Amino acid sequence: MLFLLSVTLIVRCSASQPTSDDCLACHSDKSLNTKRGGRTVSLFVDQKKFASSVHGSLQCTNCHADLDGKDLPHSTPLAKVNCGSCHGDEAGQYAKSLHGKAVARGDALAPRCVTCHGNHDILPVKDQRSAVAPMKVPFLCGQCHREGTPVQTSRNISEHEILENYSESIHGEGLLKKGLIVAANCASCHTAHFILPHTDPNSSINRRNIAATCTQCHANIELVHRKTIRGELWEKQANTLPACVDCHQPHKVRNVFYSQGMADADCMRCHGDERLRSADGRSMLVRVAEVASSRHVKVACSQCHSEVNASKVRPCETITHPVDCTACHAEVGQQYQRSTHGQMHAKGDLNAPFCKDCHGAHHVLGKHNPESLTFPTNVPDLCAKCHREGQKAALLYTGMERAIIPRYNESIHGKGLLKSGLTVTATCTSCHTAHRELPASDPESTVNPKNLPGTCGNCHHGIEEQFVQSIHSSAVTKTDKPLPVCNDCHTAHSIRRTDQDRFKLDIMDTCGHCHAEIAKTYFDTYHGKVSKLGYTKTAKCYDCHGAHDIQKVTDPRSHLSRANVVATCQKCHSDATRRFAGYLTHATHHDPKKFPFLFWTFWGMTALLIGTFTVSGVHTLLWLPRAFQMRRELRAAEAAAAEAEENSGNTASSSKDGDDAR
Amino acid sequence: MPDSKPQLAVTVNYPAGAVALQEAPLAEVGVKAILPVDRREFVRFPHLYRVLHACMIVSFITLALTGLSLKFSYTPWAARFSRLLGGFETAGYVHRFAAIVMFGTFTAHVIGLFRQKRRDKTTWKSILFGPNTLLPTKQDMHEFVATIKWFVGLGPRPKYGRWTYWEKFDYFAVFWGIVVIGSTGLTLWFPVFFTRFLPGSFINVATIIHSDEALLATGFIFTVHFFNTHLRPEKFPMDTTIFTGHMPLAELKRDKPREYAALVASGELEQHLEEPQPAIVVKTIRIFAWIALGTGFSVVLWILYAMLFAYR
Repeated sequence: MLFLLSVTLIVRCSASQPTSDDCLACHSDKSLNTKRGGRTVSLFVDQKKFASSVHGSLQCTNCHADLDGKDLPHSTPLAKVNCGSCHGDEAGQYAKSLHGKAVARGDALAPRCVTCHGNHDILPVKDQRSAVAPMKVPFLCGQCHREGTPVQTSRNISEHEILENYSESIHGEGLLKKGLIVAANCASCHTAHFILPHTDPNSSINRRNIAATCTQCHANIELVHRKTIRGELWEKQANTLPACVDCHQPHKVRNVFYSQGMADADCMRCHGDERLRSADGRSMLVRVAEVASSRHVKVACSQCHSEVNASKVRPCETITHPVDCTACHAEVGQQYQRSTHGQMHAKGDLNAPFCKDCHGAHHVLGKHNPESLTFPTNVPDLCAKCHREGQKAALLYTGMERAIIPRYNESIHGKGLLKSGLTVTATCTSCHTAHRELPASDPESTVNPKNLPGTCGNCHHGIEEQFVQSIHSSAVTKTDKPLPVCNDCHTAHSIRRTDQDRFKLDIMDTCGHCHAEIAKTYFDTYHGKVSKLGYTKTAKCYDCHGAHDIQKVTDPRSHLSRANVVATCQKCHSDATRRFAGYLTHATHHDPKKFPFLFWTFWGMTALLIGTFTVSGVHTLLWLPRAFQMRRELRAAEAAAAEAEENSGNTASSSKDGDDAR
Repeated sequence: MPDSKPQLAVTVNYPAGAVALQEAPLAEVGVKAILPVDRREFVRFPHLYRVLHACMIVSFITLALTGLSLKFSYTPWAARFSRLLGGFETAGYVHRFAAIVMFGTFTAHVIGLFRQKRRDKTTWKSILFGPNTLLPTKQDMHEFVATIKWFVGLGPRPKYGRWTYWEKFDYFAVFWGIVVIGSTGLTLWFPVFFTRFLPGSFINVATIIHSDEALLATGFIFTVHFFNTHLRPEKFPMDTTIFTGHMPLAELKRDKPREYAALVASGELEQHLEEPQPAIVVKTIRIFAWIALGTGFSVVLWILYAMLFAYR
């Protein structure tokens, strides 16, 4: 059997597969190197080290599988070795881990298999020389996770001075000073391959799992804690108990009674006093009731104020930084950093809001609590604190949107939210996001014209579906001219109900912004004229062309295509025929080329008008002098008659009667 | 006012009607005049036509206001007026209602002609081609030329008959207007029906004709007709004949000498004389006529503004 196998191997090798010896023919040369990304990389493989490694019995091609069947020397750089082809479980865990995901994202700082395990010189874990031997693990992880490294400064890592703290901790002491290789190292708590942030429910260091992780070593720890925790709670309300790390700070686990030094009650000994002031005079009072009713009711003071040091008489004296919420809310923190608020904050702009400006400090309630500042109905007021006209954000803002808050409050969204109490209505954050607000000019902004249909489509999904297929969508029309998106017709902050008269009457001007000529001719026709008079039940742009599903009239899907136009007219003119649809809705009598018969009808009528008025005008003017002459003569005759009447002694009364009769 | 003293009007000097007087049997008229107070007036229009003219005024002005507000919808006044009426929709109903009234007026006039023929036991020929015809005649042509001569001082004022040529022009202008505006108006009222046999773009054509012909009609009535009939200095400020139906005899002699002469000659004048309208009637008529005149002038001003300053 063995013989057969080796024969096959030899035959195959001689045919196409290079053996390790074949590879080493070149790679044993210490000067063999190549250029990769501008750097010189040695391609030397130490035959001796490889032979003594865990993989010493394997052929090169077992790992460098892409060499299989290639002729030597191979030219191109080899593909990355896939350790997972043998170490499937580890690779699977790794892929789901923080590190694996970072690699998948393309994070250059994220560790791969070789980063920890090496490549050709991998030793068994039990071997004290192995890079992943317990004694070496803290330093291995510490390569990245210590102060000053790119990982620690540029990635979101809530813990500080990890390696330093660990080495001083009871675990570090045990491992490094006392050589107890059973003492917990990084991988003991974080696992070797399945490393997840503590916020992940599957993480070994998640609050729910941390007890199980610690009890791997600290079996029966409940018995020990009976001194501080009522025994029955372990069974009945385990969830209300503090997690290990609440008292025993991660990485700083020391052999002391934290319950005495760092419990909330200890903090409140000082911070429960109203008179407590900071050096700059701020009240340092913490109201227990506020924390107790907040979302962070189960979070200990020291979890947020993480720089406390239990070994000090005054544990908080080591605090140097404000609370960093991103320790727990890492993703949100990343979004905030990208936002205008975050960028301003990073520059030290005091105008920029920070977490607690919107969420509060000890009274964080979460957006589902109506008392919360971030509850939907409170959001406009919250943003208005800075964005109302005259406030700091409005003063800094230079764009076109003015009086944002009052206009929002009068908009359909504002009324829906504030008058109808619909908490699902769009608030500021629905469009601008809660943490990643960016100006519309930023291509990544949710309110950038490119992204706006998608943003509005979060709620108005059906409309978005229509719109992206319409002629106004940038996906359909390729042009240099700006295409309209939602806010160009509906405005950004004063969005009206579309069934309101004001919207209906304004839409022609709205479309006319871009379609000036066609809007003008519309106003020359009946529909346009009556709409000018404030009549809304007449055909407006969207009644014929559609609103969100506008297509070229030549498109068969258009409401005005040959197949659809009669039905479109019939929406109002129920008996309309095809001939009726021949009515020119954008006709003008000013264009002799396009509408010659209208042009000539108009000028024919105008000629008739001018002719008639000229003839009768001249007639009238000529008449005037004669008419005046007649008037004078009549007046004279009248006067003569009146004189004659008086002379003849006629009674004045009869003449008076006559006057009255007239 | 000369016509306010009828007893004098008949007997005493009439510079303008002097020619007519010479031919009239003076004695006969004089006898009447000597009677204590004969204030009777010549009945120029029967009741029907006074009513029809009033209907015409009301419907015409209504049509003009509601229609022009649409034509000049780009002026702020149009929107305001439209709102005043309770919105454009109401304005549309009012416009169509007024159109029905005008069609009714037109029909009533035609029926009136038939009834007149039967009552007078006359023939169409004598109505259409008799001396009192409303159809243009050779005589009108002569009178038109003579009038122009009179205007420029080359001759005397012609002796007009019952209908002067400008009155005939006014009459047929209305006929023509009703036909043109009415037919295009019906097309616009029932576009679906008319496009069963007319192309859709005819609606566009009808719109232009309807609106421009309406502009002609309103412009003509509110300027030329107003001047020719009411505002001529010797009639200023208005001639109430069409409202009261009555015309002072002196005026008949002066303005329609040929008709007067014919009536006197045939001895029918007496049948056409009636006591003047009661004062209250005349007063009411004057108020009504003033409103009509005022509205008409406002419309003219509006048209001028819309055409000259706001046109687009």
